[in-house]
Amino acid sequence: MQAKPFSPAATAAPVDYANYPDEHGRFGDYGGLYVAETLMEPLAELRDAYLRLRRDPEFIAELDRDLTHYVGRPSPIYHAERLSKKIGGAQILFKREDLNHTGAHKINNTVGQALVAKRMGKRRIIAETGAGQHGVASATVATRLGLECVVYMGAVDIERQKINVYRMKLLGAEVVPVTSGSKTLKDALNEAMRDWVTNVADTFYIIGTVAGPHPYPMMVRDFNAIVGREARAQMLHQYGRLPDVITACVGGGSNAIGLFHAFLNDREVKIVGAEAAGDGIETGRHAASLAAGRPGVLHGNRTYVICDDNGQITETHSISAGLDYPGVGPEHAWLKDTGRASYVGITDNEALSAFHELARSEGILAALESSHAVAQGIKLARDLPKDKLVLVNLSGRGDKDVHTIAAREGIAL
Amino acid sequence: MNRIDRCFAALRAAGRCGLIPFITAGDPSPADIVPLMHALVAAGADLIELGVPFSDPMADGPVIQHASERALAKGVGLRQILDGVAQFRTSNDATPIVLMGYLNPIEIHGYEKFAEEAIVAGVDGVLLVDCPLEESAVIAPLADAGLHRIFLAAPTTSETRLAGLTQAARGFLYYVSFAGVTGADRLDLAPVRARVAAIKARSPALPVAVGFGVRDAASAVAIAEFADAVVIGSALVAYLADAPDARIACDRAREFLSPIRTALDARAPRHAV
Ligand SMILES: Cc1ncc(COP(=O)(O)O)c(C=O)c1O
Repeated sequence: MQAKPFSPAATAAPVDYANYPDEHGRFGDYGGLYVAETLMEPLAELRDAYLRLRRDPEFIAELDRDLTHYVGRPSPIYHAERLSKKIGGAQILFKREDLNHTGAHKINNTVGQALVAKRMGKRRIIAETGAGQHGVASATVATRLGLECVVYMGAVDIERQKINVYRMKLLGAEVVPVTSGSKTLKDALNEAMRDWVTNVADTFYIIGTVAGPHPYPMMVRDFNAIVGREARAQMLHQYGRLPDVITACVGGGSNAIGLFHAFLNDREVKIVGAEAAGDGIETGRHAASLAAGRPGVLHGNRTYVICDDNGQITETHSISAGLDYPGVGPEHAWLKDTGRASYVGITDNEALSAFHELARSEGILAALESSHAVAQGIKLARDLPKDKLVLVNLSGRGDKDVHTIAAREGIAL
Repeated sequence: MNRIDRCFAALRAAGRCGLIPFITAGDPSPADIVPLMHALVAAGADLIELGVPFSDPMADGPVIQHASERALAKGVGLRQILDGVAQFRTSNDATPIVLMGYLNPIEIHGYEKFAEEAIVAGVDGVLLVDCPLEESAVIAPLADAGLHRIFLAAPTTSETRLAGLTQAARGFLYYVSFAGVTGADRLDLAPVRARVAAIKARSPALPVAVGFGVRDAASAVAIAEFADAVVIGSALVAYLADAPDARIACDRAREFLSPIRTALDARAPRHAV
């Protein structure tokens, strides 16, 4: 069965986006639980534990404490006045997730999942990572709770994100290079899943994005949804209104759904996701699963995937390791089909020039992943009048990417 | 009657334990698919599991991962595999064939189209590792076409889910002997024996095959004490891996499988109680 395009005409009442996924972990036709039999019961246990904890006042209070005092929330909304003036269109605002502890939105999720792991009595944490930000964020929370931590990372990504590899080691994590397949994020996820299926009795798998089998897309979204909840309240408080457009980069889609979720029922807010178009979607060297992929099944869920006509997942390309993934969270697949959000590609070059534009006009070095959102924010602002507000999720800081950018531009450090 | 049902009925009548080799289709070479299947039958295979290679085999260990990578690099896909089965069927109409793999290649091929082509080729069953019972609505066209849906049960499977699985199972139930990936060396017989006994107590008519961790005659014979069939995968795939041509691959298949068949047949016939 190919996923059918969602038809709004078939539903009487407008969709309440807060009510998804359903009890099977489905967002329309997407999501679900496509895993080996061995993982079905552990996933059911995780789902039940999480559904209990998300309503447990003690758990919520502990999470709030960590988010405030350890992560450094709330993160500010910053009005990029110089950049906006230079572009000459709408006002560009940044949700500053780059200011979080460890430098990205990823910590919102790992702090939450680590608390779930602790309550479930697990002693060992595993994680997959692409850019290394999620690996660092997992190593950080694991060491803080005294849990063992193993991070799987593609050999290609280890090479291009050396600083984060060293950060993980400093935090006491073991980084395992993955040399199968394309040696990037998708293969790291495969390997982490193999570890989990083997050590499921005492191990908690912290997935780093809104992908994987139910309940991960829901749980990771919930932990990142703090971004949009804060942003919505900050907009109303600082500007007296909601933004006109919100945008974020989409790899697996956790920072994007984190920002989007609180705004899904605000139909007047336009939502745009920026995927990695690499060398350009027409070249085939990209990672734009929604813009250029098709419905399929990968990593435990039904979603848009990049694959060939034989159903084999194909290699993706992006200058940013964190977006270099051939799938995408199922909720985004559904938002695309319902038309609630649209997804567009940003090329490597567009992301790089946005990186420089932001650095020179505002004094902010954005992560290469986030630079895709910055580029999309600039494009959107350019076409809108000055009184419109474009809110961009600045998902992470760029320190980790400095040597990639230098190498790309032929500069020896 | 599906060939799988006929096969297990015959095994049960003879009190024999079934031998189910798994090979990754197209490894070591796409040219080996058909001769290897015949060689496996000649060496005593009762049913053949043909692995459909996938780019992201999440439930497989390094041996089958690498076999899949090699096969994919040589362009092996459903097309060649179904052609291979059809060709095999021109001279063997008895040995059941189960395709084992992951969902996405079939999803992209199209479920109805695949089901029809698989039946025409002579496939008898399909085991989709990443499609649990809860998601099996998508593959309804396979069963509608007459393919047996082979389900897995694992040490982590709860009694409630087991009830659903034994009810939905067709052909046989594949019991995974430990929590882990294929090819690992973690076989611990006592809990496997206990769980298989529990499954048999629940559904006496449903044949149970045990796989994962079976690598030689000794482990196969030990499992034959309580299971209806043993599945041998990674050890065989590793043994075939670097065979330079089809003749040598077939020789190796016989060399590997024959002693296991002999050992299984040396046991006294076991009759269902
Ligand atoms: C800063 C930053 N932004 C975005 C991403 C992409 O992930 P997601 O789409 O889940 O937000 C990553 C992933 O590593 C990241 O490090």
